[in-house]
Amino acid sequence: MAQTITQKILSRAANRRFVDPGESVWLNVDVLLTHDVCGPPTFDIFKQEFGPDAKVWDPEKVVVLPDHYIFTANEHAHRNIDLLRQFAAEQGLPNYYDVGTSRYRGVCHVALAEEGFNLPGTVLFGTDSHTCTSGAFGMFGTGIGNTDAAFILGTGKLWEKVPESMKFTFEGDMPEYLCAKDLILQILGDIGTDGATYRAMEFDGEAVYSLPVDERMTLCNMAIEAGGMNGIIAADAITEAYVKAHSSKPYEVFRSDPDARYHSIRRYNVAEMEPVVAQPHSPDNRATVRSVEGTKITKSYIGSCTGGKLTDFMLAAKILKGRQVAVHTNIVPATVKVARDLECETFDGVTLKKIFEDAGCSIALPSCAACLGGPADTVGRSVDYDVVVSTTNRNFPGRMGSKRAGVYLASPLTAAASAVTGKLTDPRDFL
Amino acid sequence: MDTIIQGKAYVLGKNIDTDQIIPAEHLVYSLSDPEEVKLYGKYALSGVPPEQGGLPEGNIPFVSEGSFRSDYTVIVAGPNFGCGSSREHAPFALQVAGAKAIIAESYARIFYRNCVDGGFVIPYETAVPLTEAVKTGDELKIDIEANTVTNLTTGKAYTLSPLGDVFSIVQAGGIFAYARQENLMAKS
Repeated sequence: MAQTITQKILSRAANRRFVDPGESVWLNVDVLLTHDVCGPPTFDIFKQEFGPDAKVWDPEKVVVLPDHYIFTANEHAHRNIDLLRQFAAEQGLPNYYDVGTSRYRGVCHVALAEEGFNLPGTVLFGTDSHTCTSGAFGMFGTGIGNTDAAFILGTGKLWEKVPESMKFTFEGDMPEYLCAKDLILQILGDIGTDGATYRAMEFDGEAVYSLPVDERMTLCNMAIEAGGMNGIIAADAITEAYVKAHSSKPYEVFRSDPDARYHSIRRYNVAEMEPVVAQPHSPDNRATVRSVEGTKITKSYIGSCTGGKLTDFMLAAKILKGRQVAVHTNIVPATVKVARDLECETFDGVTLKKIFEDAGCSIALPSCAACLGGPADTVGRSVDYDVVVSTTNRNFPGRMGSKRAGVYLASPLTAAASAVTGKLTDPRDFL
Repeated sequence: MDTIIQGKAYVLGKNIDTDQIIPAEHLVYSLSDPEEVKLYGKYALSGVPPEQGGLPEGNIPFVSEGSFRSDYTVIVAGPNFGCGSSREHAPFALQVAGAKAIIAESYARIFYRNCVDGGFVIPYETAVPLTEAVKTGDELKIDIEANTVTNLTTGKAYTLSPLGDVFSIVQAGGIFAYARQENLMAKS
């Protein structure tokens, strides 16, 4: 029977030859990811249900990457880090990346890739909705809550309903003014924030396969913004080169059968697409940048699992080089690795760090920072009636801090162009 | 498990995301310390813009100023309730505040799983939207066995969509209770 890539991966994890969309199956989990916000309550439930001396099913498969509330004076946030540290020590977890040490990495979804945990064909569950980011590696990744995560900690298994798949094909050569962010915001505007609920979103087409891994992660990252269970891109030579450079573990590449059944198929020609934003207060509230250009902004924010990867900063640097920002602009590298790359990667012979400093941007330490507001002292948090253009993934009311603020989600090119003019600006004006 | 859930309705619109259910700044409190747990009740639905809370009138808070518990037992909402983050703190906060069930047109997957597997609140769906038929403050009665909800204020009754596969997990009170019952894990 023909299967989609998502079905094939779930079949493997369920020890079956075939799984049908709609059926609930028990899956063997390859990696469980957690962080500082959901780790402590997950560990509490684990101890309560499996006993105070219980051991996790496989310490090698538990990855703990604190990233949400790191650079804050909030005592409760510090206590959560202490709880992670304590559990990792008790359980002897080798993959705990402690804050304040050389092991600290930063935003979990990006760090997972850097540390070689993303392997084609595997099943990843994480206590974070953006766990779907890892689908960029031809694997199944999805978010869960603390109770489900505690169940996995004790058993290594979880039930999941096999999703139907929606296919999104992007044809044509990517124009230089478009980013993966424009593609996913386009889809969100077309299908809405519940347009893929309980479904897999499979991306393909020559434009997608021309993208570097970072950009593919942006596409898959926002599958959850359409309610998608997972986003997925079958592995190709670019994926395999990345994976081999970061891991020596074996993996299996799956591809959808040509006659696999889809819920729906949508085709786009990237040559006909334009830079877009999601206007306040929903990721599906799409508008072309041209149609809202001139809207005054008070802040620009380039960061997060969606928009704080090296490629995002390379794109922003193209526009910010030799220019000055007109509004407060936060550069928040997702990880320590990305932060280091800013110091050595160059555009036109100048390091990205120098380009951003010369442009008048503030460079923050790597963490989730203001993407989700966070404690009151979080860098870049929106205040009052701020109007923010941001490369992050959500703009629900209050998401970046202030309930009165408005957030425009945009590509790094659009966020950089708008930072320079102080109003929403189409990046084509600078390219 | 209760077979009847009865209490006041609190009506919301569509796409109520988890940042509105419990804003991210509050996720730092313990979910096991009884004193800190109360704060989740206090801040439940505090991220909803005031005019969009307690419809159709609006400007009715779910939890009144200074209180840790809500007067409302059943939340009625439009499509895509619980979209956004995976925070289990969201259904937990609603439970702590005193909510027992939600009746929405549809749910985001992770929130739905969390409600069921954590045994916090029962996530019901209806084929017909109830957001027009119910006003904040109306008295609702859910009959779990009969799968119906009656608006005692207007006297009208509605059918709830069957919970299907997950009913047995809801009945057991969560995934752990269910797994023990089904011998998927050791009984403690």
